[in-house]
Amino acid sequence: MKTSTPLLAIVAALALPVAAQTQLTVVNFGGANAAAQKKAYVEPFEKSGAAKIVSVEYNGEQAKIKAMVEAKKVVWDVVEVESPDINRGCDEGLFEKLDWSKVGSKADFQPAAVHECGIGTFVWSTVMAYNGDKLKQGPATWADFWNVKKFPGKRGMRKGARYNLEFALMADGVKPQDVYKVLATKAGADRAFRKLSQLRPNIQWWEAGAQPPQFLVAGDVVMTTAFNGRIDAAQREGRNLKISWTGGIYDLDYWVIPAGAPNKELSERFIAFASTPDAQAEYARNISYGPTNTKALAKLTPKIISQLPTSPSNAKTALRMDNKFWADQGEVLEKRFASWAAQ
Amino acid sequence: MSDATLALALPAAGSRELVRALARRERRRHLAAVALTLPLCVFLLFTLLVPIGALLLRAVENPEVVHALPRASQALSGWDRRGLPPAATYAALATDLAKLNDRSDAGALARRLNTDVPGARSLIMGTYRALPFDAGLAAEAVRNHMLALDPRWGEPKYWHAIANNSSRWTPNYLLAALDLRRAADGGIERAEPDQRVFGRILGRTFEISAIVTLFCLALGYPLAWWLSTLPARRANVLMILVLVPFWTSILVRVAAWIVLLQSAGLVNRALMALGVIGQPLALLFNRTGVIIAMVHILLPFMILPLYSVMKAVPATYLRAAVSLGSPPLAAFFRVYVPQTLPGIGAGGLLVFILSIGYYVTPALLGGAEDQMLSYYISQYTNVDVNWGLACALGAILLVATLLLYGVYRRVVKAELSLG
Repeated sequence: MKTSTPLLAIVAALALPVAAQTQLTVVNFGGANAAAQKKAYVEPFEKSGAAKIVSVEYNGEQAKIKAMVEAKKVVWDVVEVESPDINRGCDEGLFEKLDWSKVGSKADFQPAAVHECGIGTFVWSTVMAYNGDKLKQGPATWADFWNVKKFPGKRGMRKGARYNLEFALMADGVKPQDVYKVLATKAGADRAFRKLSQLRPNIQWWEAGAQPPQFLVAGDVVMTTAFNGRIDAAQREGRNLKISWTGGIYDLDYWVIPAGAPNKELSERFIAFASTPDAQAEYARNISYGPTNTKALAKLTPKIISQLPTSPSNAKTALRMDNKFWADQGEVLEKRFASWAAQ
Repeated sequence: MSDATLALALPAAGSRELVRALARRERRRHLAAVALTLPLCVFLLFTLLVPIGALLLRAVENPEVVHALPRASQALSGWDRRGLPPAATYAALATDLAKLNDRSDAGALARRLNTDVPGARSLIMGTYRALPFDAGLAAEAVRNHMLALDPRWGEPKYWHAIANNSSRWTPNYLLAALDLRRAADGGIERAEPDQRVFGRILGRTFEISAIVTLFCLALGYPLAWWLSTLPARRANVLMILVLVPFWTSILVRVAAWIVLLQSAGLVNRALMALGVIGQPLALLFNRTGVIIAMVHILLPFMILPLYSVMKAVPATYLRAAVSLGSPPLAAFFRVYVPQTLPGIGAGGLLVFILSIGYYVTPALLGGAEDQMLSYYISQYTNVDVNWGLACALGAILLVATLLLYGVYRRVVKAELSLG
C-alpha cells in the first residue's frame, strides 16, 4: 500500500501533461473507501464526459501537500483529508479557499461539513469490533473492552495516543461529553495513561486500517478498535464481524483543493458532483460511512442507515473527535505516548 | 602499455623530452580518470551531499518567529524573562500579527510555537483572526484587549516560547532530539520525565540492530563457509537461493511473515501439531517478529561479504594446522576464523548500519514498544509536519552512525572492505 503511493504519484505526474485539459487527479486513502468512491463518484463523473480521473492513494501525509505547495509544483487536484489536517492546512495556506457557490448550498449539509477550505464528504467512526463467530456476547462498553476477566484475550488498538486516550477515559467512567475536558488537564492525561497501562499486556498494536479486521479473522485478537468502514468491508466479504457503537469517536473527511492546483474549475465541478444527494447515497450503499448531505439520507433504506455512524441509534453515545484539542495537544501527547510505550 | 614498450617509443632515458613526455602523459591519464569519475561525483553531490547538507541546515533553521514577528522579537530581546513582558511588547506582537500579509505565515508561526508550548496554535490563530484592533490604541489598551480575547496571554510560558525562538538559528530542535529543552530563563535543562523519549528510542534502535547483526552472523557464517567449500557450480545454484529473497520486495516478505507467524499461522500450527507447545506463541507484533523478519531481510548482506572473503582463504592452511597436530575445532577458530575477520567486519557493519535505518518492518510487525528512530522521523515528517525536529533526529542518527564507524575503524584497524 505504501509503496504504491509514490509510484502512482509519478504515473500521475507523467500522465498529466498529455491531456491536461481533461484529466483530474483525485487523491484518497485507498482500500474499501477508494472502491466505493470509484463507483459512486469517479465512474459516473467520467461517464458524464467531464474529465478522465486519475485516482491516487496516499496515507494522509500532509507533508506531501506541503512539499508540493512550497515547491509550486502541485500535481494533485482534489484531495481527501482528515479533519485535523483541514484545519492545520487551511491555517497554513496549503488549500484554496472553497467557493461554496460552485459546490452546493451550505444549508443542505451537516454543520460540521461546512469549512472555509473544504467540504465534508463523509462521516466515519472509530469503534470497537469483534468476531461474532468467536464471541456470542460482545463487549457493550469501553469498560467491557478493558475487562480481561470477562473477555480474556488480546485487544487490537491503534499505535498512538489519539482515540486510545479517549477510550481509556470512557472505560474509566468518564462520560463521553466530558472526555476532552478531563483530558485537557494534567491529572486527566495521567488518568488516561494509567488506565491504558492496565490493559497494556493485552494490547496488540495495529498500524494500518486494514489490519484490525484481519486480526479478528485470524483470531489474533478477541476484540479491537477499528474504522467502521473496514469492518463493513469485511462483512461484505462474508465475515461475521460485529460492531459495538457505544462510545465510538466519529469524525469527517473533507475534499480540499491544494493551493495552486492546476484545474481548479474542474475540481470544483468534481467536488460539487460528489456532494450531490444521489452520489453520496450511492457512496453510502457501497461503504457504511455516513453522508454529509442531509438530503442523501432520504434515498437510503433503513437497513443501510442502521449501519451508518450517523444513524440516531449508533450516534447516541458517540463522541465527536475534538480537532482543536488535538491540534494543540497532539504533538505533546503523542510524544508522551512514545515515552509511555518505551517504559 | 607496459613501461618497457613505453620506453621504446620515447627519447633516451634521462633526457628532458622524456621527463616532459612522461609528465604530459601522466596529466592526460589523470584527466581521463577525473573525467570518468566526474559523473559519479556530480551524482553523489546532488543526491547525497546536498540533501544531507539541507537536512543539517533544517535542523537548526528557525525562520518562523523572526519572519512573522520582527517587532515583538526585537522587543523581547532585552526582556529579563521575569514575570510578563511590558505592554509595549504586547502592542508590538499585535502590530506584527495584524501586518502579516499572508495567512500561511500566521499558520507557520502557530505551528512552530505549538511544538514548544502545546496550546500556542489556538492562541496565535485565535488572536490572528480577531485582529486588527482599532487604530491608535495605546499599548496598555492593546494588552487589555489581548488578555480579554484570550487570558492565556497572561501566562509567561507563551512569551518564553516566543523569546526562545526569536533568532534565525536555534539549537532547540537538536536539544529536543537529545531530550533537553530551554528553560524559562533561556538556559538548558532536561525535558520533563514523560517527554524524555528519544534517548531510549535511540538505545532501542541500536539494541535491535545489534541483535539482528549477531543473529545474521550466527546464521550467515556457517552458511557462507559451507558455500565456500562447495564446487563453483553447486555454490552458484545455492547462491541464487540466497539471492532470491534479496530481490523480492520488502513488503511482500513482511506480508509473508505475517502469514507464517500469526497465532493461527503455519509456524504456530506446526508447533502445536507436533505437541511442542500447547498455546500459540506470540511471534508477531512484538520484538520477536521484528527481529525474525529483519534477520531474514538482511541475511544476504552478511553472507555475500563473508563468502567473498572465505573464497580467498586457501583451504590448505586449515589442513596444515590439523596435520601439525591442532585439534580441528581449535584450528578452525585460531587459523580459519581470524582470516575471515575482514568479512565479519564488513558484513557486520553493513547489516548494522542498514538496520539502524529500518522503518517499514518494525512499523508493520512491531508493537508500540518496538519502533525504531526512523518511525519517529517519519511521524514528525508526515503527521506532525515538524520538519525541524525530524531533521534533528536524522542528524543525531547520522552522527551516531559515523561515530560507530569511527569506533569500528579503530577496533578493526582496517578500511571497510566489501571483499
